[in-house]
Amino acid sequence: MTTSATPRAHPGFIATPRASLTPRPPARTPGQRGAPAVDVRDFSFAYGSRRVLRRLSFGIERKSVTAIIGPSGCGKSTFLRSINRLNDLIPGIRHEGDIMVEGTSVFSPSTDLVRLRQQVGMVFQRPNPFPKSVFDNVAYGPSLNLLVARRDLPDLVERCLRQAVLWDEVKDRLDEPGTALSGGQQQRLCIARALANRPEVLLMDEPCSALDPVATQRVEELIVELKRDYTIVIVTHNMQQAARVSDFTGFFDRGELVELGETERVFTSPAHERTEAYITGRFG
Amino acid sequence: MTALPERAVTPTAAGSGTPLLERGSGGDRIFQTVLTLGAVTIPVLLGFLVLELWTGARLAIGKFGLGFVTSSTWDPVAEQFGALPLIFGTLLSSLVALVIAVPLSLGVAIYLTEFAPKVIREPVAFLIGLLAAIPSVVYGLWGIFVLIPILRTSVFPLLRDTLGFLPLFQGPIYGPSMLAAGIILAIMVMPYIMSVSREVLLAVPDTQREAALALGATRWETVVTTVVPYARSGIIGAVILGLGRALGETMAVTMLIGNRHEIAASLFAPGYTMSAAIANEFSEAVGDMHLSALAYVAFLLFVVTVLVNAGARLLIWRVSRGSAAGGKAL
Repeated sequence: MTTSATPRAHPGFIATPRASLTPRPPARTPGQRGAPAVDVRDFSFAYGSRRVLRRLSFGIERKSVTAIIGPSGCGKSTFLRSINRLNDLIPGIRHEGDIMVEGTSVFSPSTDLVRLRQQVGMVFQRPNPFPKSVFDNVAYGPSLNLLVARRDLPDLVERCLRQAVLWDEVKDRLDEPGTALSGGQQQRLCIARALANRPEVLLMDEPCSALDPVATQRVEELIVELKRDYTIVIVTHNMQQAARVSDFTGFFDRGELVELGETERVFTSPAHERTEAYITGRFG
Repeated sequence: MTALPERAVTPTAAGSGTPLLERGSGGDRIFQTVLTLGAVTIPVLLGFLVLELWTGARLAIGKFGLGFVTSSTWDPVAEQFGALPLIFGTLLSSLVALVIAVPLSLGVAIYLTEFAPKVIREPVAFLIGLLAAIPSVVYGLWGIFVLIPILRTSVFPLLRDTLGFLPLFQGPIYGPSMLAAGIILAIMVMPYIMSVSREVLLAVPDTQREAALALGATRWETVVTTVVPYARSGIIGAVILGLGRALGETMAVTMLIGNRHEIAASLFAPGYTMSAAIANEFSEAVGDMHLSALAYVAFLLFVVTVLVNAGARLLIWRVSRGSAAGGKAL
């Protein structure tokens, strides 16, 4: 757990929950917290000879929202896509170290990728519903992974659409193609689709960057709502968004974790010059 | 011809004499006229084609009427003609070709876009595309000297022994047959179906693949549940392109199908197609009625092709409703 190159990173960081800013789920005191939901252990990542992530070591707390901010090309998305190994498709990638999700190694050769990706859901930058019906979009994961019996699918779909605050808008159009919904609805449909897999961790890669302000607000409210049940890691370019929705904020720069702490603290009194320069808009 | 749109009054044009706009407009006018003429030529040619076929076939149409389509007699001496075996042969040989070619070309296209190592993707696709450049008479010769001996000595007997309970694989084995023609057609249409479906599969956005993978689909499940359905209307288009090729193919089919005016249930039996009959008999036809009957066959081939294509378009249209893309790929 050493970060020799970056002594300012917090080795094995687990933050203590703070009091306000966003409502917290009840019954969560420091004593009850166990190991972090996602534990990054001396993790480095490279595309060929280009090193993208350097010796990251930190923990992401369970049932909270952790925002990852940083300038373009700092490795935020690569990090996010390492957690569910979606980078596997790219030829010539290398990594060192490991990431643990709920105690299971992500990169161990014995890792069941299907199980990992069921456990770690993902929402993408652009809404990408399948050109199937709304119902089939949500039912995709559970039917594929045989999570529930066929006759229980309608209940599950309804529950997930309700959780994604989309049910009232689509309950009469479950047969219509998901691609016919508005952009904001499509993104909430994608969230419902991810939830249907009953994940423990939800990764969001700039989920609002393709949405208008009203749709953005709805998705943000949804994120705050969802952390009651899920561990959420969100990558965002929008620092106001990070401040609004997250409990913890990590600042990445040039593949390193510069700083990770409670959002309020990071935004009001950043411990590092680079963080301060970034959040005050002096670069990035 | 469509009227040229009046030059729009643009704010910049007002009062300035508009030399640039004038000059640009003149060029535009000529360009548009040339293009319009080009575009009009094609329907006009098509119209003349149909007219010519119709006048050529008038004699036969007058004598046989629609009975021509349902009759199986083909007797130039008695001047009795019926095209049913030809229509049957054209449709069946194309169907056989599609049954063989579609799974094969789709498999290759999927392998090349989703699974093959990067270095071999382009070379293999190029080689398959090259198949389309081989003249059909060469396919025909290859069929006679290589394919038919292999079929006659090993493939057909094997089929008869294993699938002989089906009427399709019964009866005497000659060599030249419906199945031989279907196989050569399959090889000939494969490059078209493969190249077009490959393009369509390549056009499926990576975000779709990522969405499926991130939900726990394996690569195979991603292809089956996401990539192929996304591309389905484009894939149907590719199949139709292949079907169009197969329906009209003449030379290789004539050399392999056996050229017998007969409807047989067995694929081992010889048959005939519309295009093969026209090619074979046109130069030897002496009677006016014989010539006219061949023109009637040509007219029917045209009608069959149009019907099949229209039906296929309808299918694409129905399938692509509700699908985000793919239909546009055509």
